[in-house]
Amino acid sequence: MTASAGPGLATAAPLVLGIETSCDETGVGLVRGHELLADAVASSVDEHARFGGVVPEVASRAHLEAMVPTVQRALDAAGVTLAQVDAIAVTAGPGLAGALLVGVCAAKAYALALDKPLYGVNHLAAHVAVDRLEHGPLPAPAVALLVSGGHSSLLLVPDVATEIVPLGATIDDAAGEAFDKVARVLGLPFPGGPHIDRAAGSGGDADFVPFPRAKYRDGTSDFSFSGLKTAVARWVEAREAAGEPVPVADVAASFQEAVADVLTRKAVDACLAHGVEHLVIGGGVAANSRLRALAAQRCEAAGVRLRVPRPGLCTDNGAMVAALGAELLARGVAASAMDFPADSSLPVTAITATAGQRV
Amino acid sequence: MLLLAFDTATPAVTVALHDGSRVIAADSAVDARRHGELLASAIEKVLRRAGASHADLTDLAVGVGPGPYTGLRAGVVTAKVLASALRIPVEGMCTLDVIAAEVDAHQEFIVATDARRREVYWALYAGNEARLRGPQVSRPADVPAGYPVAGEGAALYPELTAEPLGPLFPSAARLAELAVRRRAEGARPAPPEPLYLRRPDAREPGPPKRVTEPSPARRVRP
Ligand SMILES: [Zn+2]
Repeated sequence: MTASAGPGLATAAPLVLGIETSCDETGVGLVRGHELLADAVASSVDEHARFGGVVPEVASRAHLEAMVPTVQRALDAAGVTLAQVDAIAVTAGPGLAGALLVGVCAAKAYALALDKPLYGVNHLAAHVAVDRLEHGPLPAPAVALLVSGGHSSLLLVPDVATEIVPLGATIDDAAGEAFDKVARVLGLPFPGGPHIDRAAGSGGDADFVPFPRAKYRDGTSDFSFSGLKTAVARWVEAREAAGEPVPVADVAASFQEAVADVLTRKAVDACLAHGVEHLVIGGGVAANSRLRALAAQRCEAAGVRLRVPRPGLCTDNGAMVAALGAELLARGVAASAMDFPADSSLPVTAITATAGQRV
Repeated sequence: MLLLAFDTATPAVTVALHDGSRVIAADSAVDARRHGELLASAIEKVLRRAGASHADLTDLAVGVGPGPYTGLRAGVVTAKVLASALRIPVEGMCTLDVIAAEVDAHQEFIVATDARRREVYWALYAGNEARLRGPQVSRPADVPAGYPVAGEGAALYPELTAEPLGPLFPSAARLAELAVRRRAEGARPAPPEPLYLRRPDAREPGPPKRVTEPSPARRVRP
């Protein structure tokens, strides 16, 4: 079951069930070898919308309700039975503690009932590994830019199964958080990402307001989005105070441009600094059209090959967890002990969870 | 029959196996922050101790609280998944009833457990363990006074009662016995749905907070 297993061999490859509950999506994926068979998601996003952000307890309750039905839906979609599953993988962290725990306990119970190995895996590593399902074996080394409502990280990935080196991360808000907050300022619904993208795409002028690019060329791979969000709010308030209408499309486009500019600049710089020829982008913000376009343009100019999974695989899902589980299994990485914890701050260097690592 | 019972609605993670005539293995640990780590291992442990396998299980019973949500969900989701994967029936049982079943009282009494935020989950029982009121969540001062109290609530809030009774936590052995007895009586099993008793803490936001100083004369946002 090597990476090059062809379609003929694919049926012999192990079937991995992946469970993801780190935020508000109950994701269940089934991967055979490196082939995606099913990716079922139950989202509680609508229940959070009126609160303007994910409410952890609401998410946890929804995970508990959705868990068994979502697994069943994935099995049905893949045309397999639970008894055929060869291994189970689950997000052990990072994420919302209570939400993670539902998935971890469910995965342990499946492992127990099926008597199959269980991998507690790192959510960020899974975001990187998922691209395997769409674009084939991951090039090594690669740089990964992971951007969502919960995280914004640049990683050096010598080997997604065994070694990930953090290069930088946001020092305040995650990029997706900035999208949510700016959306509120502009009177757009939660989650902000798709709405801002749409508003910007409706003829918004990306140069309309030159919003600040924090830490743009500071020599680090860190990000900061808190000041940008404040700058947008200040600009909008000044406009309203002057009694002028707020050009939502232009502000959305200008804000989005600032985020995409910083993210892609730092990602490409990291590739160049480390002599890496491949950039993988993942996380919910990777669905943003401007980020994708600008990344493509800058990677091309820098001679970096860009890999971005389709939007459905960029947002949190079970397929990414199954994909990483399949990789770990194929590479002979030891399974997790049954007593590993859900760890809301699992460091990205810990690709699999081990018992007692929590301090 | 091989019934697996567990409860994680209090700081205790308690697991037991019952073969239809008696409890054949049990394991309990008290650690309010490690339910998710301890439960699956404890289930493996009792199965091993009884020389049984997961495939031998015929029935499940789980404490459904009320209890602090994160720990409670560890047990409930485990029960739901095991029932679904092993295709065996599962019964949800009120955790306070499990504690009450262990109380040796010949008069009415209260079971109270820690609900955090200076509140307790409680219920009132007749001397024969029949639940008369509850479960509810209240401040200790709002729990009916004058009764002996079992459960950790009595230890946390001495003002609840002059007569603290044992036990502090539920035991899965007792949960298993209750479930087997109910099965024998032909009672319809309650579903394994958690008793939260509170809505999630969440407030709808007002308009976005201003970042610039508002000038007193003019309100900018409606
Ligand atoms: Zn994510």
